Order: sequence, then structure tokens, then C-alpha cells
Amino acid sequence: MTKKIKNLNLNFGPQHPAAHGVLRLILELDGEVVEKADPHIGLLHRGTEKLIENKTYMQAVPYFDRLDYVAPMNQEHAFALAVEKILKIHVPIRAQYIRVIFCEIGRILSHILNVTTQALDVGALTPSLWGFEERETLMTFYERASGSRLHANYFRAGGVHQDLPKGLEEDISKFCETFPKIINDLESLLTDNRIFKQRNVDIGVVTKEDALDYSFSGVMIRGSGVPWDLRKSQPYDCYESLDFKIPVGKNGDCYDRYLCRIEEMKESVSIIKQCLAKMEKGPIKSLDGKISPPPKAEIKQSMEALIHHFKLFTEGYRVPKDEIYTAVEAPKGEFGVYLISDGSSKPYKCKIRAPGFSHLQSMDFLIKGHMLADVPAVLGSLDIVFGEVDR
Amino acid sequence: MKSLEDLEKKINSELTTKINNTEIKHNQIYIEIDKDDIIDVAIFLKTNQNTKFRQLIDITVVDYPENNQRFEVVYLFLSHEFNQRLIVKYLIAENEVIPSLTSIFPSANWMEREVFDMYGVSFKNHPDLRRILTDYGFEGHPLRKDFPLTGHSEVRYSEDQKKVISEPVKLEQNYRNFDYESPWEGTKYIKSEIESNDKKN
Repeated sequence: MTKKIKNLNLNFGPQHPAAHGVLRLILELDGEVVEKADPHIGLLHRGTEKLIENKTYMQAVPYFDRLDYVAPMNQEHAFALAVEKILKIHVPIRAQYIRVIFCEIGRILSHILNVTTQALDVGALTPSLWGFEERETLMTFYERASGSRLHANYFRAGGVHQDLPKGLEEDISKFCETFPKIINDLESLLTDNRIFKQRNVDIGVVTKEDALDYSFSGVMIRGSGVPWDLRKSQPYDCYESLDFKIPVGKNGDCYDRYLCRIEEMKESVSIIKQCLAKMEKGPIKSLDGKISPPPKAEIKQSMEALIHHFKLFTEGYRVPKDEIYTAVEAPKGEFGVYLISDGSSKPYKCKIRAPGFSHLQSMDFLIKGHMLADVPAVLGSLDIVFGEVDR
Repeated sequence: MKSLEDLEKKINSELTTKINNTEIKHNQIYIEIDKDDIIDVAIFLKTNQNTKFRQLIDITVVDYPENNQRFEVVYLFLSHEFNQRLIVKYLIAENEVIPSLTSIFPSANWMEREVFDMYGVSFKNHPDLRRILTDYGFEGHPLRKDFPLTGHSEVRYSEDQKKVISEPVKLEQNYRNFDYESPWEGTKYIKSEIESNDKKN
């Protein structure tokens, strides 16, 4: 007697804790082996690009916080750089250091979240409890600089919104002293952990060729042994003057990507320390009144400052007709902004290139032939945040 | 090719008739071509030893509704080897079908689906051309300039029918789009003065 065996279709998500947000993944299973994965995305689509086309350049910044909401300022950075390059404005050196400090804080925020939740997905609870404690401290730094823990709206074309409050620099440098110990603690829980290794080593292997073909960037390409980091290869702001290493993986599996993220956090701490040491007092945004708003005190004194303030917050500054693609090394990979300006005070088009979009696309090829239980492990190591995938 | 100028020369000499125009700005090369040449150009850029643009970073479309050839299709390429970025563009009319790059760059799959979803541009030989970001059963192409910001329909749960229904958008208040643009240009000399002070600091 013969039995007919049919493949099973399984709906993974959109409400599943291991889906890291609203991912609907339709899996075709042969027993426990995944034959095909079809991610359905867009459940968090908010039309960011359309909204930006209808807002002035300054009003567009907050939308970037809402893309990859675990590292908001890194996105703002890409937009600010794009506008600055078109306007050809000079960013004061102190502003550059502040931006780099907060980008690296964003990188640590994102990597803590990813490393610990990936551990959670494969069964370890403690790392997330320890890691989130540190994220809370970092978000307090965000709050003290910008006023909000998550959606900072802090970077501007030409610098940052306001100077750091008193005492923040000291507190960040204290954090840099204590944080490496926390990384070591996390590592002691995971790096040599038998279960963690069994779940991650040789899972979701990406070769160099695949990484290039599937437009991978960030840790996803470095984990496969390609030493590519935009902070080094196409430096922006003051990254050129800083000394840091690029951790590179060997096997391109989930475990190597985890190791890369841990090492990157250590490098980020060292970058923050260097910035704090080099930073001096000075202006924190471009002094051009046509682009950055004047200080409040000046508005009460100077007619011109008052006019600038009024024009900037009604019409906004105009950006000459041009087009540009600018990319930054966000924690998840290459985050790019393709900006087309038409001479008015609103962008004509602003295409956002999110690293998670191309990473998630490869889900089908990464998971084919793996077991169902490997799906959360691979998904975790892709470092997906739906804010940026769906835009 | 190490420098952008060399690369520009190289591309112009190798692809001669296929290139309509090249330009270097912002440290990137912008190339204009014709729709039918995109496959050849992409293969050349990917495989040639002097270019090696191995990664397709993104595909997008810019909508100029007042033009005859309404859409400008834009491809962004990256070469790790030579650390260069290149942008390829061509114009198409509405309803024109363009070739898909999925056979050369697997990552083009979702990018083309997004373009199809957002602008309604169709791709020939695409393995799986479905909508990607918008809702199941969505109508229209949201990033076209003639698509209103508020959309056409909204979704809500109907207590009477006990299900989620879609109905035309009803706004309590019209979307307020103030026109702040003014011909006021301001003075030029103050700006240059500030800049020179800025440099002194």
C-alpha cells in the first residue's frame, strides 16, 4: 500500500515573537524540512517616502527615526549628509563628533537588541535581561541630548539640533568604562555555550558570492569574510580621523555574524572614547542663518534672526536642483538615501535604501533545506527591523 | 579602474553607442542609456574586469507626470573592488514594459516588485511580479505624483457586518497644504561674510 504525502504549508507570523515584528512568512514544509519560504512584508508600510515628498526638509527628519527604530540617529545621519552635500555646507567639527558618538551609541543599541533577542529565539533568556538594562542607559543619553528616548529628531542638515547638556560627556565616558565588562558577561553566557553554538554554527551559511549577489551589506557581508565597511571605505563626517578595526567573519554562518556584532560593539566603545577625548567646545550647527535656525536669545535682539526663524519654520530652506545618493554604515548595513531636489523647500523624491529589505529577500535561499527550528535563528541573525523593511 | 575619470572613459569606449550621456558629480558617475540596452549594460558593468560593479544597491523610479516619457528608471550600482558608485538611468513612457534584471542580480527581485507596486511599471521575465509593500487587494500606485497623499480608500472594522471593510476616504478636514513659497531671496553678502567668519573659527 502506498501513502500520498503532501507538503505542509505553515503560516509563521504576523503575530509571532520570533518574527521580530510583523513578518508573515509562508513556509512550505516537507516533514520538518523547509522547502520554500515566502515572506509577506508591508504590514508596517506607512508610506514614508510619499510623506517626505510632502514635507519640508526639516520636517522630513523625524520620519527617519521611525524606520529602524532601534538605531534612530543613524538613519537621520544619512539624510542630513545627503542634504549637506547638495547644499555644500560645512559641518562644525564638534557637531561631527557629536553625530559620530550618537551613531555609535545607536550601533550599540541595535547590536545589543539583536544579539540578545537572537539568543532569546534559540532559548537563552538571561542575555536579554542583562542587555536591556544597558539599552536603557543608552536611551537615557538619547533623551538627555534630544529630549526623547527613541524618536530623537536630533540631527539637522549642518549639524545637530542643540549642544549636549552639562555632564552628559562625563556620563557617556563613564559608561564606556563599565560597558566592556557587560559585553564580556554576555559573551560568557553565549560565545562558548554549547546550546547556542549547536543552534547557530553552520546555520544560514552565506558565501562571499551570495553576499554580493543578494546585495548584502553590514554584518551580513562582513560575516562572510568581505572586509567592507562604509565608515572605512567611504568615510563621512570625522570617521577618517578615528582609529578602529573592522571585525570580519570566516564562515558566514549565524554564529560568525553574532561574533562580528560583539566585536563591533567593542570597537564602537573605542570610537566613542576617541571622540570624547578629541571633542572641543565650539558651534554645533552651521552658522548660516539661511539653513540653521538662530538661537532663541538672538531672536529677541536681532531683526534678521527673527526673519530667518520665521522663514525656516514656515517655508523651510530651499535646496537647489540636484540628485544624490548617500549611504551610511547603519548597524544593519548600508542605509542609503537617494534624494532628488527641485529647488523648492520640499524633496521631489526621497528613495530610502534599507539594508533589511535585501537581507530579508534572501530568506528563501538561506532557509531552503534547513529545519523549521532554524527559521528563528536565521531570521534573528539577519537583524530585521520592520520599520525599515516596510518603510 | 582607479579614478572616476578613467572609468568614465572606459565605459564610453566599450559601450560607445549604448551610452547617451555620462556625468560625474558628487563623486559618482551618472549614465543615461536607452531602455533596451539595460541588460547589456548591466552584464558589462558586472563582469568587466575594469568595472566589477558586483552589487545592485537599489532600483527606483522617479515620476515626472508632465513629461511624455513619464518615468525615469534609476539603478544604483556599487563596486567593492574599486570602491565606486554608479547610477544608470533611462526614461520610459507609462505602460511601457521594461526588462527585468533578476537573472543577472538575484537581489533585483524584490526591488522590481517594489517598483511595480509603487509606480505600476511592469517587468518582462520577472519570476514573481506581485505587489509587495501595499495591502492585499490594494488598488493604485501610491508613489505616482497624481496619487493623493491621503489615498483613495480607508479600512475599518464594521460592527454591523462583523468584518473589516474598505470604504472611500472621508476626511473631517481637508489636508492642509500651505503654500509658503515666496520670491524673497534675501541678501547674498551676509551669507558669504558668515561663511568666512565660520572658517576663521
